[in-house]
Amino acid sequence: MSAGTAKLNVTVAEVKPVNDLVTRFKFVRTGGGDLPTFSGGAHTVVEMQDGDITRLNAYSLMSNPADRGAYTISVRRDDQGRGGSRFMHGRVKEGMEMVISNPVNLFSLDLRAKKHLMLAGGIGITPFMAQMHQLAMMGGHFELHYAVRTASLGTYAKELSERYPGKVHIYHDDQNEAIDLKTLLANQPLGTHVYVCGPKGMINWVHSTAGEMGWPREAVHSEEFLAPASGKPFEVKCAVSNKIVQVGEHQSLLEALEAAGIDAPYLCRGGACGQCETNVIGYDGKFLHYDHWLTDEQKAGGKHIMPCVSRFEGKTLVLDR
Amino acid sequence: MTIQFNDETFHGDFTFKNSEWAIKRFPFPFHEDSYMYSVNMEPHKSYRPGSVFERTFDVDEHYVSEMRDRARVLANDPLRCQSLPHMTLAGWDLVELIMEAKAAEYPDLFELHKEGNRWRWVNKPLGIDDTFTFLDESTLPYGPMEYITRQTQGDFAVLDQRDDNLWMDAGMVTTQADWSLDFDIGMNFFEWHAPVPKAHEMGIFVRALKFLLNIQQGQPARRLNWTMTVNPLLDTSPENYHKWGVMKQGLTMENIGEKQHLRVELQTFFRLPRSNALVFPIRCYLISFNDLVTVPKWARRLHRVIRDLPEELAAYKGFIDNRPLMVEWLSQFDDGSPTSDGIWPDDN
Ligand code: FES
Repeated sequence: MSAGTAKLNVTVAEVKPVNDLVTRFKFVRTGGGDLPTFSGGAHTVVEMQDGDITRLNAYSLMSNPADRGAYTISVRRDDQGRGGSRFMHGRVKEGMEMVISNPVNLFSLDLRAKKHLMLAGGIGITPFMAQMHQLAMMGGHFELHYAVRTASLGTYAKELSERYPGKVHIYHDDQNEAIDLKTLLANQPLGTHVYVCGPKGMINWVHSTAGEMGWPREAVHSEEFLAPASGKPFEVKCAVSNKIVQVGEHQSLLEALEAAGIDAPYLCRGGACGQCETNVIGYDGKFLHYDHWLTDEQKAGGKHIMPCVSRFEGKTLVLDR
Repeated sequence: MTIQFNDETFHGDFTFKNSEWAIKRFPFPFHEDSYMYSVNMEPHKSYRPGSVFERTFDVDEHYVSEMRDRARVLANDPLRCQSLPHMTLAGWDLVELIMEAKAAEYPDLFELHKEGNRWRWVNKPLGIDDTFTFLDESTLPYGPMEYITRQTQGDFAVLDQRDDNLWMDAGMVTTQADWSLDFDIGMNFFEWHAPVPKAHEMGIFVRALKFLLNIQQGQPARRLNWTMTVNPLLDTSPENYHKWGVMKQGLTMENIGEKQHLRVELQTFFRLPRSNALVFPIRCYLISFNDLVTVPKWARRLHRVIRDLPEELAAYKGFIDNRPLMVEWLSQFDDGSPTSDGIWPDDN
């Protein structure tokens, strides 16, 4: 299978600052027409042409999945990051033409659930916005618990409370409000599924608390895209394409392979989907595995790497690409 | 209408027939003189005008009669179509996929008019003109999956994706090569392929599952599979084995050309957008040996493939007993000259 996902040509129809950190972008199909339908929880990979560098970042679609006229995403600016979110905030303007991928869903609703309990932290709210549209349309049973730092950084908190009265609960960190997870989980009807999207600590907390309370693993869903880590530059030998590739300090291994014209598959670019898994043929050094995909044994075994987020330190690394 | 629809049967008097057009576009599955089992997956893109690979859903001269056969099978056994409650949304996805594709690719046969969620669907070959509300089941005579698959050739396995696995949670299965929806419904990918005897085969299944889980919206895939059937039977279900199994007996040099059929499945794989489910339409094409040997390249090649096929495969595909007769009959059409690469007839 070839790299990446099918592409869509879009035009930026709106750029709207939501608060100090978050800006919302609306895309319509270039030249008019409908965009593909998607399902709540799906993301799209946005291509950013930043000089010689093509940056590709995954963002959850937050608009109504039934609205094929436009897609909407929200981007949180990360000043420490590698530049994707700064590019979106600083350089993307209304009227600009861009390329995005077809929707991909790694965080879909379990439609068997009797009730959907959603736990969001910060910008983790976006996939839930599309899911709530979808559930509201289907008459599904859902409830959102949303932790924000301050009211002014509570992205969409007000709109959501108004749109879904009684179903949305907001918790402000600066007012020492916190989700009482144990009580919340203990009071759910049988057949409830839990979904969490937010910082890593929050995701781990929800999984471990639910696990301790005897929730089945299949009833707890999470999504977190990792940003590729920066690190020391290193060199990779690609055995199949017979090329030597340099990976820069702020470049991911996947980006370096792409820049060298090597066919490298991906879907999420955030260590979550498994699509970029690559066999290691030989190495002398140490892996810096940052992904959620490989098991601990696989990480220790030195035979696999996820090039979208993980790195290497050492003398030689030979990949099956 | 551009297609002349046959009036034919796939049971009883077996009046099924292929026109010269249908023979020329038959999806012959062997691209070389030998056959090796492989996953042979490729993107489902429009390919070769006039071929069965040109359209998203191929419609051919058998359409009307196949749909009549489906209705007959369903009347005898309603369990051939099932959908667990959480799969209704996937059924609507399928309605949208099929209606949009057919209306765009066969405008002379099918029309779709949308006014918001109010849709009008016109199916000229079957004489249907229905108006319904998209996503409102009460406005259709059947559930959405059943409604649209009663109007679309091929079987449909609709799979829910969760826990990194696929679950056979809905389907319309009336033209299958010896498997049963009623048996498999609710099973996951490993369960419905079980028992998988060897670790090595397990590895193949794990890889196949990984490929399928990664099928993306806008990038459907396809592959061909094949087997043999005596008489042009669409419905070779395990439930009816007692009826069709006996037909495999009594083949002779005189009747084999007419009775023996190569059965080819065009399997396609689509990600459904609203439900994130996967659908596998499995379209069955039949061709009698008599018709097949009218294409000299196919006649020579089929002889060689069947002759050299490993025992286990001939046994697995259920024609080991008839193989010597098939080889003997086909050998008349093999003069030993080379065949060209690829599956298509030589132009002359
Ligand atoms: S691209 Fe998804 S894990 Fe690497």
